[in-house]
Formats: sequence, structure tokens, C-alpha cells
Amino acid sequence: MKVKFNLFSGLIFGIILSLFSTPILASDDESKSSSGGSYDPVGTVLDHISDKNEFHVWEHVHIPLPCILYAPDHGWSFFMSSKFDHGHKAIDGYVLNHGRVNRIADPEFPQGEVDLHGTHIESKNITTADGKEKTVYSINYHDHEYMIDPPSTVDGGFVGGGITSFYDFSITKNVATMLLAAILLGWLFITVARRYKKNEGKAPSGIQNFIEPFFLFIRDEVTRPMIGEKHYERFQPFIMSLFFFILFCNLMGLIPFFPGGANVTGNLAVTLALAFITFLVVNLSGKKDYWEHIFWMPGIPAWVKIILTPVEILSLFIKPFSLMIRLFANISAGHIIILSLIGLIFLFKDTGQLGGAPTGIIVGGAFTAFMNLIELLVAFLQAFIFAILTASYIGAAVEEHHHEEAH
Amino acid sequence: MTDFILLAGFDVIKPDPGLIFWTSLIFILVWFFIGRAAFRPIQEALKKRENSIQEALDEAKKARQEVANVAASNDRILAEAREERSSILKEAGEARDSIIKEAKEKAKEEAKKIVENAKVEIDNQRKAAITDLKNQAGLLAIEIAEKLVRKELKGNAEHEAFVKTMTDELELN
Repeated sequence: MKVKFNLFSGLIFGIILSLFSTPILASDDESKSSSGGSYDPVGTVLDHISDKNEFHVWEHVHIPLPCILYAPDHGWSFFMSSKFDHGHKAIDGYVLNHGRVNRIADPEFPQGEVDLHGTHIESKNITTADGKEKTVYSINYHDHEYMIDPPSTVDGGFVGGGITSFYDFSITKNVATMLLAAILLGWLFITVARRYKKNEGKAPSGIQNFIEPFFLFIRDEVTRPMIGEKHYERFQPFIMSLFFFILFCNLMGLIPFFPGGANVTGNLAVTLALAFITFLVVNLSGKKDYWEHIFWMPGIPAWVKIILTPVEILSLFIKPFSLMIRLFANISAGHIIILSLIGLIFLFKDTGQLGGAPTGIIVGGAFTAFMNLIELLVAFLQAFIFAILTASYIGAAVEEHHHEEAH
Repeated sequence: MTDFILLAGFDVIKPDPGLIFWTSLIFILVWFFIGRAAFRPIQEALKKRENSIQEALDEAKKARQEVANVAASNDRILAEAREERSSILKEAGEARDSIIKEAKEKAKEEAKKIVENAKVEIDNQRKAAITDLKNQAGLLAIEIAEKLVRKELKGNAEHEAFVKTMTDELELN
């Protein structure tokens, strides 16, 4: 009976959560494709999981974020994203396209503030010289078509990005969310640390009681068994930071309204940075034994070593790469599923079949509620997996082998 | 059309250098500042508390052990004392018995010795008395015989030698 009730209240909670997020979707002008009023599910979902240069709160309320832009042929530009007037103005050749800063690199386009009312950004699908299909954006200003460049990305063109005419170092929606997560983390843990100082020699109390199980769990189930009794204390702050930073970012991504809603850990750049730091920490703390096991595994025949050494060297990079992909894929997939389920409401509304939008709200709401609960689990699980795998890599790096007994 | 848009609009898979920079910076700040200000102190406080709890438990265990030890040693001391008392009593009894026995034996021996001494003394006295008596009897006999002989056989050497042999014979008895 009790279990049933909990499940029921969980569902209700999820439905309320998901209904909160629907007005954001419904009100977003950009969620409608440019080619008419019909709902474009794929475009909407992809638009919602990508990073933005302004923080959308409600209807036409946006929180402006600082833009820090660098173009090699223009230098640095600093201004608030509110100057774009939601895409109705161009600033020094920069325009807002689907909430993201893009640049008109053409030197003929006027510098300074340019009013773009009456124009709109058009997308065109082209096939590049090497056979890849690509969407390019352009704007028609004073009867002249100007190409719009997206910000540079470091994927080397593998997934449709590449180096363009400018770099975006802005405090984007994701960066702002990360900052908020970091501040929350700092506030929470410094409060808890103060409690420990105040309550020294006494039983834990209040918020301390809430955090201590997490702390002990990470220590007793992750760092101590993975890294080993001798070294775990040194790496405890790093693993704790990883776990809680990822967890907070994951959880903030699940909140559908203002302070949350950003797909932080579902962005490859974020997981790449975290995985790269992990890579550095693991390999910089590698002992002699660790490197010996990679380059010249002891205790096996020489011809096996010739095969094994390249594999081991590859594994050096595959390990952080898998960390990067796992977290990114799990979180972005969760966001895509939830957004798609909410999208059902608009699909039902558009078709008008089977009762229209109300049916969509019931079906989409119920599924979204269920997915939200699963995503809550995934948020914890992925933070935990990232932490425990990092700990195990560090453990392998600092381990000291005794060749006489092992192998 | 759809899968085309999927790749083109899938911005999250294109790592933005700005986002990489900010993520690294924010994470490293979290690691250094919160690590230093919170994670390390919490870790140390937890360790300290665990150690103090362990110490308190160990001490309690030790104290209990000690109490048990004291009780056990009390019992042991009592039992030892009891044993000692009984052994002392037993020893005393034995000593008493042996002393009495010894004394008795000694007394018996002494008595025997005294009796023996007395016997020897008596014997000696008797012997002396007999010798004396013999001597006296001899002298007396000689005197009598002398007188008799003087009277009858004046200065006869044959008689004197005879008398002498007679007295010697007397002594042998």
C-alpha cells in the first residue's frame, strides 16, 4: 500500500515537473520551424539541448549573459547578450541565431549596432566538397545575402563543426549553470565543513547528517577500495569534486525551469574537459610500475609485449574517451527522450487526432514523469560511474606491484 | 531530411573551445577551493571522529576487561588464601604430630639411656662392690689364715704360697 502511494506521488511530482516545462517549449518562437506554423520535433529537441548565449526564463523574459567573442581578424568583443534584442540587432557583425551568437564575417557588413527588423535568418542545406551535408545560415540585408558563421568547434570537422571565423568564450547558459552549480556546491560544503569544526567531538547535526552518507559512501565504496589505503586520502578531494560537480550539473539539467534546464553534462565540450582533467590527474600520478606495465609489461614473452604495448598505449586514451562519451551520451539521451515525450503534446495538437492536445498532455505527461524519475537515477548513477572509474584508473596508476607474488 | 537535420543541428557533439575552457576553469576552481576549504577538512574531521570513537570503544573494552581481571584476581587471591590457610593448618597439625612423636621418641630414648646408664652404673657398683668384697674377704681370710697359721705353722712358705693361690682363685670368681 505504501509503495503504491509512493509510486503515485512520484508520478504526480513528475507530471507537475513536466507541465512546468511545457510553457517554455510552447512559448519559444524558435521552436517553430521557419517554414510555417507546424511543429518540428527534431529541430525543437536539438535546439533545446544545445548551448545558448542567453538564459530563457519565461515567455519573453531572457536573462542576458556576457558575450566574450574573439575573431582573429577583429579582435576581442565584450558585451551583454541583451544588446542583440533577441536577434533583432547585429553587434559588430555578430548576430543571434537560435539563441547562439553567430558571425557575419563579410567585411562589407556594417559594424556597430545594426537593426535587423524585417530580415530573418535563412537556413540552407548544402553538400560540401568532401561530400558531407551541412546546414548553412545566411541573412538577407539590404538586398545582399551575407553568410553567417557558427562559433568554432574543435571536432576537426568530423561531426559538422570546425574552425570558423570566430571563437565564442562567452558565459553561455551552460557556463552560467556550471557557475551556479559550483556556487551551490561551495555554499553547501563550506557550511558542512563549518559544522564539522563547530561540532567537533559531538554527534553530527542538520545538513551535516544529509551530506555525511554521500561523503562516507564515496570514501568507503569508491576511493578507499579503488585507490587503496595508502593513497586514497590524497585523491579524495578530486573524486569528491568530480562526483558532486557532475551530480549537481546533472540535477540542474533536470530542473525544467529557470535556474536549471541547461544540458550541461550532455554537452561534449563539458565531458571532454572533465575527461581531460581526469586523464592528466591519472597519468601525472602514475608510478614507475604503471608506466612499466604500459610500455613493457613484465612477466610475459617478448612477442606478446609487441602486441600488448600498442594496446596499452591506446587504452591510455580510450579510458578518458569512454568517460567523456558515456556521460555525454547518457545525459543528452535523457534530455532528448524527455523533450521528445513532451513534444508528443504538440504532435497531438498539430494532428488533432485522438483528442488532440489533452490526450498528448496525459500520455506525454505520464511518460515524462516516468522518464524524469529514471533521469534522476541516471543523474546519480552517471556521476557515480564517472567517479568510480576515475578512482579505479588512479588506483591502477598509483598501485605498486610485487612481481614475485602477482601475475 | 530529418536525419540530415539531426547531424547538422546536433550542436552538443561539437566541442566548443569556450565551453571547454570554462568547464576546465570552473572545475579546477571547485577542486582547489572547495577541496581545500571543505572536502579536506571534512575528511580530516571524519577521520578524527572515527578515531576517537574507535579509541573510546577500545578504552571501554579495556576498562571492562580490567574490571573482569580485577574480579578474577580477587577470586583467585581469596581462593589462594583459603588454600594457604588450610595448608598452614595442615602443616601445623603435621608439625604438632611430629613434634609430639619426636618428643615421645626422644623421651623414650632418654629413658632407655638413663636406664641403661643406671644398669651399667649398678653393674659397675656391683662389680666394684664384689671386687671390694672379694678383696676384703681375701684380706680377711688371709688375716684369719695368718693368724691361724701363725698360730700353728709359724713362717711356713709353703702355706703362704698356698694361701696366695687360694686368694687368686677367689679373685677369678
